[in-house]
Amino acid sequence: MEFRSPEFKTRAVHALHDANLQKALSNTKAGFVVKRAQAAAEMPEFEALRDTAAEIKNHVLANLDHYLEKYEAAVTAAGGHVHYATDAEDARRIILGICKKANAKRITKGKSMVSEEMSLNEALIGEGYEVVETDLGEYIIQLADEPPSHIIAPAIHKTKDQVADLFAAAHNKPRKTDRAALVAEAREVLREKYFTAEVGITGGNFLVAETGSSVIVTNEGNGDLTQTLAKVHIVTSGIERVIPTLDDLSVFLRILARSATGQETESYTTFSTGPRRPGDIDGPEEYHVVLLDNGRSKMLGSRFQDMLRCIRCGACMNHCPVYGSIGGHAYGWVYPGPMGSVLTPLIKGMDGTYDLPNACTLNGRCQSVCPVRIPLPDLLREIRHQQFRKDMTPKRQKQALKLWRYVAERPKLYHFAERIGVRILASMANGKGKLRSLPFDPGWTGARDLPAPTGRTFLELWQAKRGDK
Amino acid sequence: MSDTPTKPRPRVGLFATCVMNAFRPSIGFASAKLLEDAGCHVSVPAAQTCCGQPGLNSGDEDSALALAKQVIEAFEEFDYVVGPSGSCMATIRHDYPNLFADMADWRKRAEALAAKSYELLSFLTDVMGVTEVDAEYHGTITYHDSCSGLRSMGVKGQPRQLLGTVKGLTIKEMEDTDVCCGFGGTFCVKYPEISEKMADDKLANAAATGADTLLGGDLGCLLHLAGRLRRKGSPVKVYHTAEVLAGLADGPSLGEAPKEA
Repeated sequence: MEFRSPEFKTRAVHALHDANLQKALSNTKAGFVVKRAQAAAEMPEFEALRDTAAEIKNHVLANLDHYLEKYEAAVTAAGGHVHYATDAEDARRIILGICKKANAKRITKGKSMVSEEMSLNEALIGEGYEVVETDLGEYIIQLADEPPSHIIAPAIHKTKDQVADLFAAAHNKPRKTDRAALVAEAREVLREKYFTAEVGITGGNFLVAETGSSVIVTNEGNGDLTQTLAKVHIVTSGIERVIPTLDDLSVFLRILARSATGQETESYTTFSTGPRRPGDIDGPEEYHVVLLDNGRSKMLGSRFQDMLRCIRCGACMNHCPVYGSIGGHAYGWVYPGPMGSVLTPLIKGMDGTYDLPNACTLNGRCQSVCPVRIPLPDLLREIRHQQFRKDMTPKRQKQALKLWRYVAERPKLYHFAERIGVRILASMANGKGKLRSLPFDPGWTGARDLPAPTGRTFLELWQAKRGDK
Repeated sequence: MSDTPTKPRPRVGLFATCVMNAFRPSIGFASAKLLEDAGCHVSVPAAQTCCGQPGLNSGDEDSALALAKQVIEAFEEFDYVVGPSGSCMATIRHDYPNLFADMADWRKRAEALAAKSYELLSFLTDVMGVTEVDAEYHGTITYHDSCSGLRSMGVKGQPRQLLGTVKGLTIKEMEDTDVCCGFGGTFCVKYPEISEKMADDKLANAAATGADTLLGGDLGCLLHLAGRLRRKGSPVKVYHTAEVLAGLADGPSLGEAPKEA
């Protein structure tokens, strides 16, 4: 996927003025939030399950080599193949090899953010394969030639009218505006693709070490058709998505849907364990799992290890007021919102990602809903520290911080300066109580006035009144 | 209240946040009044400046560390450190100990200070057992939950409980009262357009309640919201909750012209 995070600022401003996007965001913002709150409130043990889920993930991360080996052995025993990809290029090479060997022409795909990390579609299409996204949201944005703007609702930035236009143009059929009719039309178009594709690629929400199963959770059933009907099934997932047992899985299944969409459970929870066995009535002939590292192993043992607990539910972005204002595309890469603002600099590097951890008010709402209790604001702040140490902080800001520190470390000077400052600002306000502009405005007065100080600092008034210290 | 003759009055060091000190002295006096009414002895150490949050949140850990040491030295003699800001007090409570991870002595001192640091209103109710105030305010207010106070310091019911005892005051809750207003410290000047959108969402929710007054517990958020309201020509008044609870909300609200002018 194209990397456009360096353009964050301009794309964010653009998003604020995009009427369709703002309409789409306002339609959906409240839905996820209200539904998640209801789902959480209806389950008394929800908070305890979040703790348990975080503990399971911490245990796995502390023993990741062990569980990956165990998982690989179980997949192999079931007749499948596990491939380790160090980075996106490596993953593309592996998957292209599998597709070539399968003599594929058409490839169906279920939703996979890891495949976006791999820029897989571009690579497959570049080699002449027909790639069909089968998740409705992914299908819509494939028609629009756009990247996903949300990790579980990739076309959340599109209004129903925009979808109607896309379908009418792509399907050569009369334009429909009824929601159910649009879904039925996509279903009809996609149905034939499932039966004729040689390779089906899906993601993997969880990889169960004890059984070698990959598990996907979906609401449309498209993943089932993708992975069951093609001759070859390729699972794309991250190395951190392995969990020990089916019992552990039950913990995650209980919090994932509730956190993501506010459902008690998704419509489909699908397990894949190896290829079709003798006597099975369906299933693929070959089963491959491509496990992507792409910077994850570097996070292990670092101050960012907590980020590897992420189960990609999207709750952080659903609850992020910045994401809610600008949508996902402004972030410029695969993962938007709070989790993406941590992951993108760690995976793509610090260059070009400066804005992501900074475009955050550290309000903490993301952390308050994260099902695996990732301290997202702390991690974002830690990236800011690394940026500062790498001298990436803008010069003007650095100078301001330096000056602030110099003065703030000298209380007498500080209070003297503040006394002068408030007198100047108060006289500039000229009895109006506010300032419309400032001489060295750092960005305050573009959209707001500055309420004016009254002309005396609290400390000087207090000392005059109380003589305290 | 808890002012029994046998019990010594707790000695409270008032943390006069840098923004309050410059922009809104009445919040400091309101805080002192509320603390004294609750039976505390209030001091305002002159050696205080800033909690260090601007550096901490901008990646400059060293400056945060230097200012944290200064705050610890200025306040560790008191029984409690109390400030009219969830944000600054959360920095002292939650961030200071982490800053000194590798300095055992300072970490100990930071932890000791953190343990006795409180946001003003939660201190009044949760520690001092205050259940009501003696104040009047004739108007309908809506209360914005500032994020640090809400999520890091557990401030939610306390201000509402106390506001409920102010004569003449009606509380109307807004939608999304717990959603960030878009201030976010330097965020509001680094990403002013996003900040503006978030302020407008917040203010639309506030306006929908029909309240004539917007209250909150963090002056940064309030300056930002009042500034946006003044720019839009709105008549809605903005005060810090402490000003209303102390009966000191009779002067001009934030950004409002003084009456004699």
